[in-house]
Amino acid sequence: MVAPTGEDFLVLAGISKRYGGVRALENVDFACARGKIHAVLGENGAGKSTLIKIAAGVVQPDAGHMRLDGNAVSFASPSAANAAGVVCIFQELSLLPDLSVADNISIAAPPRRFGLIDAKAQRRRAEALLTEIGCEDVNPLLRVRDLPLSRRQMVEIAKALGQRPRLLILDEATSALTSADVERVYTMLARLKAEGVAILYISHRMHEVEALADRASVFRNGRHIETFEKGARSTAEIVQLMIGRDIATQYPSKPRRPRPQPALRIENLSWEKRLDQISIDVGAGEIVGLGGLDGQGQKTLLFALFGVLRGVTGTVSVNGRPVRPGSPAGAKAPGVGIALVPEDRKTEGLMLPMSIADNLAIASLDALSNGPFVNRVKERRAVEGGISRLQIKVGDKNDAVSTLSGGNQQKVVIAKWLMTQPRIVLLNDPTRGIDVGTKQELYRLMRELADQGAAILFYSTDYDELIGCCDRVAIMYDGRIVRELEGAELTETNIVASSLNIDAASSAAAPARVAAHV
Amino acid sequence: MSSAAEVPAPARFRFEDSSLAIKLRQNVGLVTAIALFCVIYLLYHVAHPKGFSSAVLVQNGDEIFTLAMVAMAQTVPVLAAGLDLSVGALMTMVGCFASYLLSGAPEGTPINLDLGGLHLVLATLPGGTTGLIVGMILCLVIGTLAGLLNGCVVVFGRIQPIIATLATGAIYIGIALFLRPQPGGKIDDDLNWAMTNSLGDFASTVHIFNDGAAPWFAPLAWIPVPFVLIILIAALVWVPFRRSVTGRAVYAVGSAEGAAYMSGLPIERAKIAAFTLGGFFAGCGGLFLAIQTSSGNADLPQAGAYTLNSIASVVIGGTSLLGGSGGAIGSIFGAMILRVISFFFRIFDIAPLLQPLFEGIILLAAVSIGALRMLRVRNTLELFR
Repeated sequence: MVAPTGEDFLVLAGISKRYGGVRALENVDFACARGKIHAVLGENGAGKSTLIKIAAGVVQPDAGHMRLDGNAVSFASPSAANAAGVVCIFQELSLLPDLSVADNISIAAPPRRFGLIDAKAQRRRAEALLTEIGCEDVNPLLRVRDLPLSRRQMVEIAKALGQRPRLLILDEATSALTSADVERVYTMLARLKAEGVAILYISHRMHEVEALADRASVFRNGRHIETFEKGARSTAEIVQLMIGRDIATQYPSKPRRPRPQPALRIENLSWEKRLDQISIDVGAGEIVGLGGLDGQGQKTLLFALFGVLRGVTGTVSVNGRPVRPGSPAGAKAPGVGIALVPEDRKTEGLMLPMSIADNLAIASLDALSNGPFVNRVKERRAVEGGISRLQIKVGDKNDAVSTLSGGNQQKVVIAKWLMTQPRIVLLNDPTRGIDVGTKQELYRLMRELADQGAAILFYSTDYDELIGCCDRVAIMYDGRIVRELEGAELTETNIVASSLNIDAASSAAAPARVAAHV
Repeated sequence: MSSAAEVPAPARFRFEDSSLAIKLRQNVGLVTAIALFCVIYLLYHVAHPKGFSSAVLVQNGDEIFTLAMVAMAQTVPVLAAGLDLSVGALMTMVGCFASYLLSGAPEGTPINLDLGGLHLVLATLPGGTTGLIVGMILCLVIGTLAGLLNGCVVVFGRIQPIIATLATGAIYIGIALFLRPQPGGKIDDDLNWAMTNSLGDFASTVHIFNDGAAPWFAPLAWIPVPFVLIILIAALVWVPFRRSVTGRAVYAVGSAEGAAYMSGLPIERAKIAAFTLGGFFAGCGGLFLAIQTSSGNADLPQAGAYTLNSIASVVIGGTSLLGGSGGAIGSIFGAMILRVISFFFRIFDIAPLLQPLFEGIILLAAVSIGALRMLRVRNTLELFR
C-alpha cells in the first residue's frame, strides 16, 4: 500500500453523542493521519470508547459528520466500517468461543472453494497471519474457548490484521498481553505505520503511549481538549490535561481520629493471574477506596471477598476470625456478614421483572421467615424500613423494579443489602450512571453506615468521589495494590499518577500481567 | 505458555498435540455417541435371534429414518441457540400432504382445493414415475417453506423461537387435521416397496442395474435404503451447509451473538437459514413416514413425541442446547441410540411401559457428561452467563 504519510485519513467534525441523559461526546473535532500512531488519552468516562465506537460503526453519532479519505461516510454497522477499511480491536473480545482459531480469523470473509469454505486455505491463512505477529505456537485448529486470555487477544489482533485495515483502532488491546507479545504487537504496528496505515491507539499505559505514539489527543468529559505531537508535553502536563477542573461536589465531612481496629483484614490474597498478593485492612467505621484504572483487579478483589471465585489463596478475617466464604450465600451468612453491591444492577443486582418489595427482601429472607414461610408482617416492615431509610421514590412497592429510574434502582440494590445488617460492605462502582443528587445521598449514607460501625470497601472509577468519600484509597495496577494514599497525599494528581503506575513503569520492563475484566 | 526463552524441546511427536487428537477432544460428544451406539447396536444384534441379517437391518432402518431426520431438523435451530417445537408438527403436515400427492394413480393426481363452496383445480400431477418424483419434490418444498415461515416469524417478528414455533407448530397440526381428519390416503405401492427395503429391492423395483442382478451390485444389495438416504442427505445437504458461510454464521450466532454481530456476520440470514433447513429435514422425515405407513395421519401425540425425542437426540448426540457447538451427525447417532433402546424392549420382551423410564435414565446420563466442565469453572458467576 503506497500512501502519502501524514495526510488526514479520518476526520470527525462536530460529533456529539448522548446516552439517555449522559453526554458521552460533545461537539468533537478530531482527525488522525496516515502513517501515524495516534494515542487517545483520558480518564474513565472521558469519551474515548464512544469515539472509537462511532469510528467503527458500532454506534451512530447524534450530530456531526465523518470523512474517510476525503469522502463523507457514515457507518450503519461494524461490517460497513470494515468494508471501508476501518478495523477495530475491541477491549471486549469479539471472538466466537466455540469456533476454532482459523474460523475466527477468517470469520468475515473466509476463503472459499466451489462456494464452500475452504478449510485448508483458511488454516494456511490463519497460520500465515499468526506467524506475522509472532504467534506460530497457536494451533489454528484449537477452539478459542480453550485458549488463555493472552492468546485470545493475539488471535483478535491476527483477525484484525487479516482484514487489511487502512485505519486500525486498538482499544486497550495490550491490556491482556504478556510482555513478549506486547513487543510483537509493537513490531507489527511499526510495520503497518510504514505501510501508511492510520493507527488509533487507546491505552492507559503511559509508558506505552510514550514509546509508540507520534501524536496524542486528550479527552475529558466528552470533549476533545488538546492534540499535540510527541514530546510536546511532559507526563505531568498530560495528567493535568486529563484531570482539568470539575465542579466540586459536596461530600460529608470525614471524622478525624486514629485508624480504628481492622474489621476486615486481607492478607496475601491471590487468584489465578488477576490478583497478586493483596494485603489491606479496613477498620470498623472506615471507608477505604479502591482506585486505579478500570480492570486492574478491583472487581475481582470484591468478587474474591464475596465468595464468587474458586481457588482463591491467602487469608481473609472478619473481626479477627478467619473466614472463607464459598459462595455469596456463605458471605452474607450472619457469622460473616459481607454484602456486595454489584456493578451491573441490571444483571447482578436486581431481578427486573419482580416487584420492588420482592427485590428488597430477597437477600434477607432468612431473617424474615418463620420456618419455610416468609412472615408477611416482618417482610412489610423491613421493606418499608428500607424504602424510607434510602428515601426511595416509589409509587407502589409492588410495582416491578424495572419501572424505577436508574438512581432509585440503585438505591433498591443498596437497601436490599443494608437490610441484611452487614458488618462489611463492598461497593462496586455504585454511582455509575446515576444523577448527582442521588450520588450525594449515597455519599451521606456511606458515611452514616461507617459511623454506625460498618467497614466499607468502595471501588469507584470516579477519582473525585474517592477523594471526597474515603478515609484511605488503595490504588490497584495489574492485580496488585501499588500505593495507599491517605490524608494530604489523597489528591487527584497522586491518584492518576499511581493509576498509570508512572513511578513503577519506568523502572525495569514491568511484566504486563493479565489483568483484564472479570 | 509463551516462554520463548526456554530451550526448544526436541520435536517429539505427541499424540495429544496432533490434529486428530484436537478434533477428537473438540467432538467428544459426537465420539461418545458413536461409541455408545456401536456398543448397544452390536449387543442388540448379538441378542437378536436373526441378528446381523439384512431383514433386521431393513426393519431398523425404517424405524430410525424419520426420527433421525427430525433430530437433524432440531439440530440446526439449536446450534443457533433456538429451539424448534414445530418439527414434529411440520413432519406430520408434510406426511399428510404426501398421502395425497403420492398416490401414483396412472391417470395423474389432480390437486384440488375445496373450501366451503369454493372448488378450485390448482394443477394436475402427471401419472407414473414422473408424477411421484414431482410429488416428492413438492412435499419437500412444503416442508422447506414451513421452515422458512418459522425463521421469518422468529427474525422479523422478533419472537423467541420456543414460543414462535409452538404457535406455528399448532398451525401445521391444524393444516394436517384439515387435510386428514381421519388417517387415510394412499401411497404408490412400488414407491413404498422401493424406499423401505434393501438396495436390491430398490433396484429391482425401479429397474436399474439389470433389475439389481448386476454382478458388481450384488455385494451392496443387502444395504437398507433408509440408511443410504440418511448418508446421502447428511453428505449432500448437511456437510455443505456446515462448510458454507451461512452455516458458519449459524454456529457463530449460537456461540456469541454479540461477537457475531461485531464481526459483521449476517445474523438474520443465519437464523432464517437455520429454521428453513430444519423445515427441509423435518419434511424429509414426514415424507418418509407417509411412504413407510402408506398413509397420512394427523396424529397429535405422535407429533409431540417426535418433537421431544428430537430434542433428546440432539442432546445425546453432543450438541449443546446453549448453541454454538455440536452438529447434525451427532443427532443422527442420538436418534439411533434412542431407537435401539426401544428395540431392546422388543427382544427382551420387557413391558413397553418401562421404556420412558429407561430412556429418561439414559438421557440424564448423557447430559451429565456435558455438565462435567462446570467443575472447572473458577469464577462461579460464569456459570450463569
